[in-house]
Amino acid sequence: MPRRGLESRVQAIAVFLAALPGAVLALRFALEGIGADPIKDLTRTTGDWAIRFVFVSLAITPLRRFSGWRWLAPLRRSFGLAGFAYAVAHMLTWLVLDLGVDPAAVAEDLTERPYVMAGMTTFLILTALALTSTRRAMKRLGRRWLTLHRAVYVAAPLAVVHHFWLIKADYRPALVHAAILAVIVAARSLWRLRLPPVPDERILPHRPDPTRP
Amino acid sequence: MTKIPESQVTDEALFLNRREVLRLGAVAALGAALAGCPAADEADAAAESGAARPPELSGVRPATAAYRVDATPTDYQDATRYNNFYEFGTDKTDPAENAHSLRPSPWSVLIDGEVAKPGRVPLEDILAAASLEERIYRFRCVEAWSMVVPWVGIPLSAVLARYVPTSKARYVAFETLVDPEQMPGQRRNVIDWPYREGLRLDEAMHPLAFLAVGMYGRALPNQNGAPIRLVVPWKYGFKSIKSIVRIHLSEKQPRTSWNDLQPSEYGFYANVNPEVDHPRWSQARERPLGGFRKQPTLAFNGYGKEVAGLYAGLDLNRNF
Repeated sequence: MPRRGLESRVQAIAVFLAALPGAVLALRFALEGIGADPIKDLTRTTGDWAIRFVFVSLAITPLRRFSGWRWLAPLRRSFGLAGFAYAVAHMLTWLVLDLGVDPAAVAEDLTERPYVMAGMTTFLILTALALTSTRRAMKRLGRRWLTLHRAVYVAAPLAVVHHFWLIKADYRPALVHAAILAVIVAARSLWRLRLPPVPDERILPHRPDPTRP
Repeated sequence: MTKIPESQVTDEALFLNRREVLRLGAVAALGAALAGCPAADEADAAAESGAARPPELSGVRPATAAYRVDATPTDYQDATRYNNFYEFGTDKTDPAENAHSLRPSPWSVLIDGEVAKPGRVPLEDILAAASLEERIYRFRCVEAWSMVVPWVGIPLSAVLARYVPTSKARYVAFETLVDPEQMPGQRRNVIDWPYREGLRLDEAMHPLAFLAVGMYGRALPNQNGAPIRLVVPWKYGFKSIKSIVRIHLSEKQPRTSWNDLQPSEYGFYANVNPEVDHPRWSQARERPLGGFRKQPTLAFNGYGKEVAGLYAGLDLNRNF
């Protein structure tokens, strides 16, 4: 089968999966009504799925290396962008529905509430990664692209911290997120210890590396 | 022929109870509602689909102007299916799903400590302290959501007076039932069970402090704290302890569950105060259940005129 055909089919499935939680939420609102606390509902659903899709994105590389399925590679970007899309919805719910775009309330949240600071930092990192997720940006940034995109390993734990800081008493949901992230990072590290990193034809420097003779 | 709207059609479960309700009056109606009467299984089955509601209470005095906020009550579904009641799980929808295992009848409350007439008192005897009345109160959760609820019950002061606090009594402590069989959420130690709450005696004797046995003209659903719960409308919702089995009068300030759990965030007083933020989030505004609208939170949840005097000279920033 030609590679491009397989890739576009895999991508279509990824887009479908990424849209599913949003569609389920929209359907639930349409069929069952908006429920008791719709702002909280939207905030939680979009926040949870932002974290989950970023995790799925991070799991792609270890999965690809252990399985040898090269067709998984482009999904890292697809699910990363899905996570970003839910993060945008999450941030907009906070900004528009929760705070009514009131500059004073936004400033107060951003300066006084650590969980908002952690969330906003995560969002800004994800924004930078989404903006540089194109092939063109990859080419332009060369080796620096890899360095920049390692920031996802700051964003992901920060998102979990953001989640932790909001909980009143039952830490289980955030602990589950922390455990999943730990497994993903461990899988990645394990591979790195066992073997030198496999060159990835999609990320290889397209310009000569100035640091090497 | 006039068409009767669906909302006015009597539930079969209610219909079966009707004769008893009429014969025995409000207190007995409550008993029937809570006991395993023949209709209970049907009611349970219907509860799964969210259709069943506890029986109506009769002989309830309508709320007088002083005890009626000028606002539309929250939708019944929202008020009874979005609950914080960790005894049945920590998610908002857990109590409505899991509280069917609670057996609210027979029920008794231990009244002890600094009272002249202590004892284990059947619920019916407690309710003999006053006749049932309705109170339409604002309710503000510390999590920044709010409701307007028509409660049915009796003033807490009437009950306390009946058991005669001694001259040493300065505080009233309340405890929720502990029984992991009936309350599956208690199999985990999210809270050091039992759930505990407390008031200063003068707060407890305030005419707004209320013991509810019903809401929306019906007996309390289990998930809302059947068969008897506290309602203190000027304080955050966690003060309004549910499914009470003990009322203990004491000289010393009692421990309270959320204060135990996180003293920097939840004080003993927990008066609704838009000026004092929760350390992690703002308390300036609130989300009334059932919509996207937000509204400003009022000092003492709008009951400042009635209760601010209780706290004269008290630093409310310190005593949050």
